[in-house]
Amino acid sequence: MAQSTAEPLADHAASSGVHGHDGVHGENPFLAHHFDTPRHQFESGKLGIWLFLVTEVLFFGGLFCAYAIYRSLHPEIFVWAHYYLDTFWGAVNTGVLIVSSLTAAWAVRNAQLGEQKKLVVNIIITIALAFCFLCVKYVEYSHKFHENVLPGRHFNPTHEAWELESYKKAHGEAALPVTPEMHPAPAPAAPAADGVAKQPPPGAPPRPRHVSVFFSIYFFMTGLHGIHVVAGIITWLWILRRALRGEFGPKHFGAVDYAALYWHLVDLIWIYLFPLLYLIH
Amino acid sequence: MTSPSATADDIVAPAERASDNYLTHEKGILSWLTTLDHKRIGVMYLMCVMSAFLLGGVFALLVRTELLTPGRTIVDHDTYNQLFTLHGAVMVFLVIIPGIPAALGNFILPLQLGAKDVAFPRLNLASWYLWVIGALCMVLSLVINAADTGWTFYTPYSTTTTTSVIPALTGAFILGFSSIFTGMNFITTIHKLRPPGMTWFRMPLFLWALYSTAVIQVLATPVLAITLLMLIVERVVGIGIFDPALGGDPVLFQHFFWFYSHPAVYIMIVPAFGVMGDIIPTFSRKRIFGYKFIALSSVAIAILGFLVWGHHMFTSGQSVVSATIFSAISFLIAIPTAIKVFNWLATMYKGKIHLDTPMLYCLFFLWVFTIGGLTGVFLGVMSVDVHLHDTYFVVAHFHYVMMGGSITAFLAGMHYWWPKMFGRMYDEKWGRISCGLLFVGLNLTFFPQFVLGTRGMPRRYYNYLEEFQGLHQLSTVGAYLMGLAFLTTAAYLLGSLRKRADAPANPWGANTLEWQTPSPPAYYNFHNPPVVTEGPYEYADWVYNKRTGGYERKAADGR
Repeated sequence: MAQSTAEPLADHAASSGVHGHDGVHGENPFLAHHFDTPRHQFESGKLGIWLFLVTEVLFFGGLFCAYAIYRSLHPEIFVWAHYYLDTFWGAVNTGVLIVSSLTAAWAVRNAQLGEQKKLVVNIIITIALAFCFLCVKYVEYSHKFHENVLPGRHFNPTHEAWELESYKKAHGEAALPVTPEMHPAPAPAAPAADGVAKQPPPGAPPRPRHVSVFFSIYFFMTGLHGIHVVAGIITWLWILRRALRGEFGPKHFGAVDYAALYWHLVDLIWIYLFPLLYLIH
Repeated sequence: MTSPSATADDIVAPAERASDNYLTHEKGILSWLTTLDHKRIGVMYLMCVMSAFLLGGVFALLVRTELLTPGRTIVDHDTYNQLFTLHGAVMVFLVIIPGIPAALGNFILPLQLGAKDVAFPRLNLASWYLWVIGALCMVLSLVINAADTGWTFYTPYSTTTTTSVIPALTGAFILGFSSIFTGMNFITTIHKLRPPGMTWFRMPLFLWALYSTAVIQVLATPVLAITLLMLIVERVVGIGIFDPALGGDPVLFQHFFWFYSHPAVYIMIVPAFGVMGDIIPTFSRKRIFGYKFIALSSVAIAILGFLVWGHHMFTSGQSVVSATIFSAISFLIAIPTAIKVFNWLATMYKGKIHLDTPMLYCLFFLWVFTIGGLTGVFLGVMSVDVHLHDTYFVVAHFHYVMMGGSITAFLAGMHYWWPKMFGRMYDEKWGRISCGLLFVGLNLTFFPQFVLGTRGMPRRYYNYLEEFQGLHQLSTVGAYLMGLAFLTTAAYLLGSLRKRADAPANPWGANTLEWQTPSPPAYYNFHNPPVVTEGPYEYADWVYNKRTGGYERKAADGR
């Protein structure tokens, strides 16, 4: 906000008199009529966004609960299924999101200090990293779709876990005699759920029943998280537009702060999802 | 509470101001649909909730008509299943949950705080639009091929039935967010927009109740949202989280569902407690008895309400240990509830009771809600519940609480605040007659259902044994009486709107802030932000003025 000269969130009294509901204070176009001061408005908004984050935590909480229940009941499913996930790309995405959280927090600082150019740059980097996250997710998803590693009744993997590189790496190539007839592995039409499991090679455990439950949870949780990333991108684009108009400054940085808080939560949820889904042993 | 003496602002063009209120400030349908004014949003909610109430009421009457005879009366069994499902879903999600908080609360909460609006006016409007979209989804389900799962959407039936469950689920999902937004708004408003001098323990009890309700809305509703979303995805994609054939667990759905839906019954009843807390002292002309206990018991109910969901599942095969714990905590809830009832009774004791329509509804509430609450204790006892589970006893219990509690309190509040909302007094005589009619109708409808339940009549059944016919017919006659009572209520309330505005600022002599601004309130609520210097239930200063038909403050006016 270019015209702002007062100290951050000054507690000066608002103009008295009568304001309409959609009207604003004469002296400050960003102060809504029902708040006394910018600080009053900022603190109310902050409480509101924290409440919203609470609802988000509980929203995902149901899924984490389902994860905990099924994992405690059927740990073998989770151990089996994690070989299908690519730890490398998961780790890359974790890094991407953590850096984007840093730039988001930096953007808040920029807004508070009125550093217009840096604010715009940090918002753009945050958006770019969010797109980067989605691209990696796209690579992971398309690979799974290709291999028929799908949730619920669609689960019918082209390769069994012991045929996967990640399995061989974990258990050693030698432990697994790969017989020639296992390659190529045609996917039989699946009449039953989970498709028809192939005979495991000696030394490898057979595929547990209902491995598909893991992928139901995996796709649901990461998919819902992905939707939140998309919502975050839309939010940041809106913030970017307002930043380019010079709407943020020491007295008015609430929206950047709220968007960043939301973004940190999206990041935090991924930080829990990554070990819970990818790093199972 | 006192407002500061008049300043220059107050004297500006009084003639112009008298006609300028929130109803007349702007004109045209668009000015309503784009309004950010909490009062208009409250009124829009009220109209929508009442329309949904009519819809749900028609379904109820059709259900009761079908049950006049043991076999087919007017509809076939599939239609019957759809009727009771829609009756339940509409009444719970579209009427009772938003009824008091979103319709009355939206209007009254900022006024009781002396504020200009809620903290987030745009979010408030968004919540109304979400309500409308959610309601349209429910109607869509009705038009395509109405869901027949019961309002509880239990798996595995809800994932296998061919009826259009998805629109109904989507509707409930969206309505959940409408409710969350209202809750977030109210919590923030109460924290941040209280006027100078209004400490937490000087807040009207209605605000305490709305605050507790908002906490439940914010904490419980997201869990319902994710559960419904899982159910939608389960139906669309077949992910199998609730499907045993794919390794899922249908009882998990019940846990998730009741983790929300038990706290949700407190979303429905706690605001009703708040309405009681404001009306009973006003019409007893006496300070509320045990203010802090009533206020904190709302909070206690909100917290305990999260720990009892398992009592809906005593017969689901959950472990005896957890069922015992759930049962014990369920009993605990009787304590804060009883604290409230006893304190209201103590407030009336030696009070100067005025039996106007709002107060009649409060007495109605005390009778009927107590029956509903005590029969809830029976159902909390595991050994009894195993017999009464899924019988008409349960149906009677929750209708006594939901209808006799929430809807009665909603009517009490609507009659209490009607003059404030629309600036008109309704016909008092017809108000009392309708209240009496509703009282008879409600007991006639639901008391026989307790008897039916204890004799083994299962809920949701289309056919029944001949020996139950007499009680079923009594119940149906009661339902018709209630329908009549609602028609007369609608007639005299809507009729009052055709009169000239005649309501005084404070027709009941209440001391909360909403009565210290004209009826209907000005566009921006108060010309000067009020300052609070005393509790909300001090009536000594208010004297009746025969000329205006309202109460006026002795000290401030010097009369």
